[in-house]
Amino acid sequence: MERNPIIKVRDLQVNYGDTVVLNNISFDVFEGEIFVILGGSGCGKSTLMKSIIGLIQPRSGQIRIDGHEVSRYDEKKLQTVLKKVGVLYQSGALFGSMTIAENVALPVKEYTSLSKSSVDTLVEMKLGLVNLEGYGNHLPSELSGGMKKRAGLARAMALNPKILFFDEPSAGLDPITSAEIDHLIMHLNRTLGTTMVIVSHELQSIFSIAKRVIMLDKKSKGIIAEGDPAYLRDHSQNRFVKDFFNRKVDESESEQEKMN
Amino acid sequence: MRNGKNLPVDERMYEVSRGRDGEVTVLFSGNMDSSVAGKVIRDLTAVLKKDPPQSIAVDLSQVSYLDEFGVLILVELKKIVSAENGTFALQNVSTTFQQTLSLLKFDSLGRKRPFSKAPRQGAFLRIGDAALRYISDLKDAISFVGSVFLAMGQAFLNPRRIRIDDTLLYMQRVGVDGLPIVALISFLLGLIMAFMSSVQLQQFGANIYVASLVSLAMTRELGPIMTAIIVAGRSGSSFAAEIGTMKISEEVDALFTMGFDPVRFLVVPKMLAAVIMVPILILFSDIFAIVGGMLVGVFMLDLTAGAYIDQTIKTLELFDVFWGVLKGGVFAALVAAIGCLRGFQVRGGAASVGEATTSAVVTSLFFIIFTDSMFSVILRYWD
Repeated sequence: MERNPIIKVRDLQVNYGDTVVLNNISFDVFEGEIFVILGGSGCGKSTLMKSIIGLIQPRSGQIRIDGHEVSRYDEKKLQTVLKKVGVLYQSGALFGSMTIAENVALPVKEYTSLSKSSVDTLVEMKLGLVNLEGYGNHLPSELSGGMKKRAGLARAMALNPKILFFDEPSAGLDPITSAEIDHLIMHLNRTLGTTMVIVSHELQSIFSIAKRVIMLDKKSKGIIAEGDPAYLRDHSQNRFVKDFFNRKVDESESEQEKMN
Repeated sequence: MRNGKNLPVDERMYEVSRGRDGEVTVLFSGNMDSSVAGKVIRDLTAVLKKDPPQSIAVDLSQVSYLDEFGVLILVELKKIVSAENGTFALQNVSTTFQQTLSLLKFDSLGRKRPFSKAPRQGAFLRIGDAALRYISDLKDAISFVGSVFLAMGQAFLNPRRIRIDDTLLYMQRVGVDGLPIVALISFLLGLIMAFMSSVQLQQFGANIYVASLVSLAMTRELGPIMTAIIVAGRSGSSFAAEIGTMKISEEVDALFTMGFDPVRFLVVPKMLAAVIMVPILILFSDIFAIVGGMLVGVFMLDLTAGAYIDQTIKTLELFDVFWGVLKGGVFAALVAAIGCLRGFQVRGGAASVGEATTSAVVTSLFFIIFTDSMFSVILRYWD
């Protein structure tokens, strides 16, 4: 398969005020792959994702999505690029005043010319995909956290975007549901060729779905490892990377954390 | 979205051929995705509805890509034949497409309207529902008033339990931050009152009584009411929004499980701040209104500032000012309590916070006017 980079990030630097959160970040995401951004808590995973989709303005560097230099775009141009993108937020980010079905139907109604009944059928399919049949008439506040997340996924993929971003898709889900989401991610990737960019630190799901990962580090504020997760686990020379994949505590470091 | 270039729908996207006994075969080709679904569905239904076929067979052998939008086309075709009790069949389905179809549960799609709104209930049911809701709201309100009194009582008996930092912060928000707008509105109010009344009073050469009118009306009635209304709009609403958002994000629950009384923690500082600051705001409001009236008096009615102030002092008794300030304290307690109560009544999501904020202001306004008329009645029988 031709390796065609759909997202290109070059020399990205992101600051919050005066604190540098990410520095010197460069990587590619290829079309049709499942790509995972991982790292310990607070290392800037979500920040990186948010700067790619334009929610955070980077201090410097370039971001290209599908050939568009989004880091230089104004809001209006960015919006047109973002139509190719779906985002699943950490807690679903469903609109509380709309039912689940209305939430999923919203982008479909806005951006396609389908009739009302076709939209309903499509929404039914999408909800079926995330195992939420029969919940269409519920309000988000009536659903559990995991269900909200699945409903959010149904909305994110309503228009079959080219790229799907996931902010910690399995956080707060039971193992069965999170395995189901993994399956769904792989299925969508296989059948529709959707590129998946996933922010996660759930080891099990990383090993089962990811072909390629980048690992961010809090101290160096940059990428410390890139490649196949299973290979990194077994062969990485970096102590932190090894510990992360093997769930080991670096004694010296955790002592230090306690002292702080 | 998929077919980014948004190609015009090719005529050869599908081919419809009719058999002898009302049988129709549709041969699709290319990508069946969101870029074509809308148009294909419209065109095909238009063609087929004219002469509904007994059965439709769809040939997918030429299709290179099929997603939910493509499946949607198939579902719409299926709906057309099932309306006529006809048969629907798929031909040459590849294994990948078969997987997609079974994942989407194609066989059960499109049978019914999946998201019909719940039917409207009868009038009696709805009236009953509304009545029950009001009763439970009232119960909430009564028990809330009870716990507010309890918490305030405890606060007075044991002042060290008051959260001083919070109280000072809210005093700043209610009082100091509210002063500019209270001052401006009162100043303009004094100006307008003086101007309007001078038109009448001038005819009788009673210019000097403008001072009496402005000062008395302001200190007794308008000062407290205007200030209370501004505080309801600025602070009552913000109390409701703040507590409502805390409620949604489970912060109120967290307080409760940590063993804190949410009322003591959240309501008492706001109540204290409002009750302390609003009377002070009212004094400022009185002063600024009198200054506004004086400007009109000096520049339009040829009164001297001295004469104006002298007349104001002659008119006002300490009781008038005190009465206005007392009313203001009561209004403040009402506004703060109602704001907090509405905040605690928030359930669900963001929309509910909006409703609570609106309701906090509206309810406060009602109670301000209502209490004010009670005060007038009391004063009438007191003298």
